Amino acid sequence: MWELLTHPWVIRGIVALLVLLIVPGICAYLIFLERKIAAWTQDRIGPNRVGPWGLLQSIADGLKFLLKEQVIPTYVNKVLYMLAPGIGVGCALLAIAVVPFGPTSVNSADPHQWVIAPGVDIGILYVFAVGSLTVYAIILGGWASNNKYSFIGALRSSAQVISYEIPLGMSILGIILMVGSMNLEKIIDYQIHHGWFFLIQPLPFLIFFTSALAENNRMPFDLPETEQELVGGFHTEYSAMKFAMFFLGEYSHMITISLLCSVLFLGGWHFPGLTRVLEPGEFETWGGAIIKFLVLMTKMILFICVIMLIRWTIPRFRYDQLMGLAWKVLIPLSLGNLFFAMIVRHFGWSPWLLLPVSIILFLVPGAVSLWQQDREERLLKGKLAGV
Amino acid sequence: MPISANDVKWVEQPKLTLMEKLYVPAIVSGLGTTMRHMFKTMAGGGVTVSFPEERPVVPPYFKGVHRLNRDEQGRVKCVACYLCSTACPAHCIDIVAAPSPWSDREKYPETFVIDELRCIYCGMCEEACPVDAIELTTLFDLTGASRSEMMFDKEKLLSVYDQTKDTTDPIRTSRGKLGPCSELNEGIKYSNPNRENAQ
Repeated sequence: MWELLTHPWVIRGIVALLVLLIVPGICAYLIFLERKIAAWTQDRIGPNRVGPWGLLQSIADGLKFLLKEQVIPTYVNKVLYMLAPGIGVGCALLAIAVVPFGPTSVNSADPHQWVIAPGVDIGILYVFAVGSLTVYAIILGGWASNNKYSFIGALRSSAQVISYEIPLGMSILGIILMVGSMNLEKIIDYQIHHGWFFLIQPLPFLIFFTSALAENNRMPFDLPETEQELVGGFHTEYSAMKFAMFFLGEYSHMITISLLCSVLFLGGWHFPGLTRVLEPGEFETWGGAIIKFLVLMTKMILFICVIMLIRWTIPRFRYDQLMGLAWKVLIPLSLGNLFFAMIVRHFGWSPWLLLPVSIILFLVPGAVSLWQQDREERLLKGKLAGV
Repeated sequence: MPISANDVKWVEQPKLTLMEKLYVPAIVSGLGTTMRHMFKTMAGGGVTVSFPEERPVVPPYFKGVHRLNRDEQGRVKCVACYLCSTACPAHCIDIVAAPSPWSDREKYPETFVIDELRCIYCGMCEEACPVDAIELTTLFDLTGASRSEMMFDKEKLLSVYDQTKDTTDPIRTSRGKLGPCSELNEGIKYSNPNRENAQ
C-alpha cells in the first residue's frame, strides 16, 4: 500500500490536485489584493468590512457568485455559452502544469521538484500553446452571447491576442537559443551559472512582459472588456459563477505569467546569498526547499503587484496604437534581438554582449519616432507655407 | 467684434523628448506617482472617514435636524408667529398657536410639529424666524423606523436643543435672549386670561 502511495504518479496526482485547489484560492485573494491596491492608489481604504481587515471579503464574494441566479439569455448558443468559461479556467490552470513554483533541479532524481510535471522538454512551448487557447474562451463567449458588445469585444480580443502571440514567442527565442532547451528547470539552471536573463537581455524581458499583459487582457490592453464602450465586453451576458470563472481564468493566467517572468528572467528560485546552489548529485533539503519556494513566491508577488500598479497608472491604448505597438515596435525589436542572439550563439561569445545590444535596440524606436516627429513638423510647416 | 491680431497668442505643441518617446521611463515615473499615493494611503493618509466608527466633523453652517431653542428661563422661545411655516417651501411645519401664559409675549405654540421626512433642509424657517427660535443643527444622521416617528413635536424639538446646545452652535443665528423683534416691544405687557391656568 505504501509503495502504491509513494509511486511517482500518485505523488504527482496529489501535487496537481493540491495546486488546482490552491490556485483558485490564491486568485480569490488576488482579487482582494487588486481591490485594495486600487483603493490605496486612489487614496481610498478599500474593502474592510467583512472579517478582520476585510480578509473574508473574497470568501463572501465567492459565496455570492455561487448563490446568485444563473441568468442564461434565451437567444444564446447554449453549448458554446456554457463551454466558454470552462475553457477559460481550464486552459489557464493547465498552463501552470509545467511552471515551477518552488525549487527545481536538472537532476531528475531529486525528490524536490516543485512542478506538477517536471522535466518536460517542451515546457515553455507547452505554456504558450495552452495559454493562448484561453482566447477561445473569449471568442466563443463573445460569439455565443449573441450580443453586439460581446461580439465586438471578442473580435478585438482575437486580433489582439494573435498579434501579441508573435512578440511573446519571439522575445524568449533569444533565451532558448542561449540555454539550448525549452525545459524551464534547465532555463533556471542556466541563469544560476551565467546570470539572470533580466540583466543579460533586458529588452526581451520588457517585450515579454508587455506581450504577456496583452495576452492576459490586462490594463492597458484590456480592449476586449472596455467598460466605457462595450458595457462588459465579452462577458456582458454572463452572470454568477460563469462570470466569476472568467475572472478565475484571468487571475490564474496572471499567476502563470508572473511565475514565467520570474522563472525566465529573474532566475526562478535563485537569489544570490539566500538560496544554495546544489552540487551535482546533491539533493535538496526541506529547509532549503522552503526558502527557495519563498524566494520564487516573492518574485511572483512582486510581478503581480507591478501588473496591478500598471493598471492604475497607464490609460488604455487606442486600438490602432495597440496594433501599432505590436507590429511596428515589439516584433521588429524582438526580431533584432533574435538576430544578435543568433550571432552571439554561433560564434560562442559571452552572452553579456547582448546587454549593450538590448540597450541600443531599446533606444532605436525612440530615435526613430523623434525623427518622424521632426519630419511631420517640417511637412506641416511646408504645407502651411504653401497655403 | 473680431479679435485683434495682438490678442491672438499662438501656442506651439510642446515637443516630446527622447525620454518621453521611449515610453518606458515615462511609465516608470507614472508608477512612482501611483506608488507614492499607495504608500501614503497605506500609512493612514487617506481621505476616507469610516463613518460609524469615526464621525466626520461637520462645518457649523451645516443644515441638519431642527431644534427649538429655549430662552434663559428654559421656556420655548417661539412666539408662534407662523413666519417659518409660511416660508417653508415643503409645508412641513405645523403650528397651533395659543395665547401665551407668559407676560413677555402674546402667543406661544401649543403644538409645533415638523415632518422631518418632508423637510428639504433649506434653512428658510431659520431665516424667517424673527426671534431665533428655530435653528438647524449639525446633526445629520437622522433615522427612524416609522413615518410617525419622524414627525418631531415640540417636546422632541426642545430635547434636540437640550442635546445639542453645548456641542453645536449654528453660525447663522445667535442664541441668547428673545430676538430683536421681541426686544422692540419690551415695554408692552400682554394680557392673557388663561395665563394662570396655563402655568
